[in-house]
Amino acid sequence: MRLSLRKPAWWRGRTVVIGIPYAWLILFFLAPFLIVLRFSVSEMGVISVQDVMTVADGVVKLAIKYSNYVFITSDDLYYKAYLSSVKYAGITTLCCLFIGYPFAYFMARAKASIQPTLLMLVMLPFWTSFLLRVYAWKGLLEEGGWVAEGLTHLGVDRLLAATGMIEVPGILLHTPFSLVVGMTYTYLPFMILPLYANLSKMDLRLLEAAADLGASPWVAFWKVTVPLSKAGIIAGSMLVFIPCIGEYVTPELLGGPQTLMIGRVLWDEFFSNNDWPMASSVAVVLVVLIVIPLAIFNKYQAEAQERR
Amino acid sequence: MSTHRVMFGPGFAKLFGRWWLVGGFLFLYLPMLTLVVYSFNKSPLPTVWGGFTLDWYAKLAGDTEILNGLWLSIKIAFMSACFSVVLGTMAAFALVKYKRFKGRTFFSGMVNAPLVMPEVIQGLSLLLMLVAVQRWIGFPERGMMTILLGHMMMGLSYAAVVIAARLQEVNPQLEEAAMDLGAKPWQVFTLVTLPMISQALASAWLLTFSLSLDDVVVSAFLSGPGSTTMPLVIFSRARLGVSPSVNAVATVIIVVVAVCVTIASILVARAERRRAAEISAAQRDDS
Repeated sequence: MRLSLRKPAWWRGRTVVIGIPYAWLILFFLAPFLIVLRFSVSEMGVISVQDVMTVADGVVKLAIKYSNYVFITSDDLYYKAYLSSVKYAGITTLCCLFIGYPFAYFMARAKASIQPTLLMLVMLPFWTSFLLRVYAWKGLLEEGGWVAEGLTHLGVDRLLAATGMIEVPGILLHTPFSLVVGMTYTYLPFMILPLYANLSKMDLRLLEAAADLGASPWVAFWKVTVPLSKAGIIAGSMLVFIPCIGEYVTPELLGGPQTLMIGRVLWDEFFSNNDWPMASSVAVVLVVLIVIPLAIFNKYQAEAQERR
Repeated sequence: MSTHRVMFGPGFAKLFGRWWLVGGFLFLYLPMLTLVVYSFNKSPLPTVWGGFTLDWYAKLAGDTEILNGLWLSIKIAFMSACFSVVLGTMAAFALVKYKRFKGRTFFSGMVNAPLVMPEVIQGLSLLLMLVAVQRWIGFPERGMMTILLGHMMMGLSYAAVVIAARLQEVNPQLEEAAMDLGAKPWQVFTLVTLPMISQALASAWLLTFSLSLDDVVVSAFLSGPGSTTMPLVIFSRARLGVSPSVNAVATVIIVVVAVCVTIASILVARAERRRAAEISAAQRDDS
């Protein structure tokens, strides 16, 4: 008691403020993840998962099985699922960038008085249910839905079939196309907001300088605006790409047999096959898959900060 | 605006920009609007318009599965949001105010990790732990409490990020001044810091509330028999195809959210203006 009294009051407050969230995170974030790691190297017994470490006759036995990981690398299913997760997340990111960059650009150059309203209109869909926004596309892209009708009418479906985004002209739902549309739709605000934040801070005098030096608006855009907004492009792309990789709801509602994504594989491993160790292994590999682009991003950010 | 002319050249680019914005907003809003319109459709088929009706709303009022799910979701979201804001404030405080303590990098990593961790992994890992704990001490059963735990886990990170962003802007001299005038740390926090970050607390609360109210994946892993939240009900129906009952629920949710967000943003804008006025008034007094 005397010891703690000698310490100043703020010290005790500090311990509490740091200690409580710290303990909570270790208990409910770190510990569960370590359990997943442990599960991923154990084997499925008849009823339950076998323990990695068993004590029999006073001897500690360690039974670590790499078989799950071997299986992931040898079985086509997982390999393809990881690959298509990255592929569709990548396509979605590009679509969001294509729609979002001009959008954010013109938003940032709109009259200052209407910018807060535009910003609110971009954020509003973000507050409404993610699930419902995905679900909305089910009705639109179903055979007879007005978007599907319209696209078929314009002949867009034949173009999509030619690029492999749909299999048969006229059927749009449960194809790679519907998956990408759904993910682009739900993640577009994540692309627009960082880009807008970046572009609206840009010093417009630089463009005037470029014009004075004889650059056409188009050249000035590519040589000045785009390089200056690089940080926004990268941030927005990360915000779209990373959640898309592990996405489950959109592939389940809008994807089809062609679009096996890793989140769905994990879900099925767990809920349909009841293979917990396998689901855990899939999860561990998925974490690695996400950590890599994140590490690159962090490195880039650190470098950008150093340069400043 | 001269800058406009420098950038676009007259006419075309400006027109192009306006249409791109209009097109973008149509893309963002038309799907939701279609949901709303079809919730009044007499035909249960999503592609045929069979005339106007309010039948689906009448049916919704008697749909106990959805109503029970809604009540459960609101209870969970409320508790999760309150908890997330309290713990999120602590975590944000630790990250912003205490630049040096043991394992700080590790701590900030853990605060941020749930933001990028796919929900399937969060749900799986928490479930595996809860199962292990349950086998060990026979507690807790899967149900409302376990879903709540999962949502609090996610909410903490989002709340911490929102609050930390605001906390970083707070001028530390104000807190130091209060300290110099003899305020105790707790008084400094409640009288000086808290009022300044109150807006961030409110938006963190709303964010975590709506995240919890919307969550499918973590809830699916952590729910037990008899604890089906509203998104789980909607999801299981949506999986089977387009259903008018979901359209009706969607419309109710969209309207409630739109009204709440509009009111909240008007209030925020007003508070901001008042604060700006007070600050400029105070500065005028100074000089």
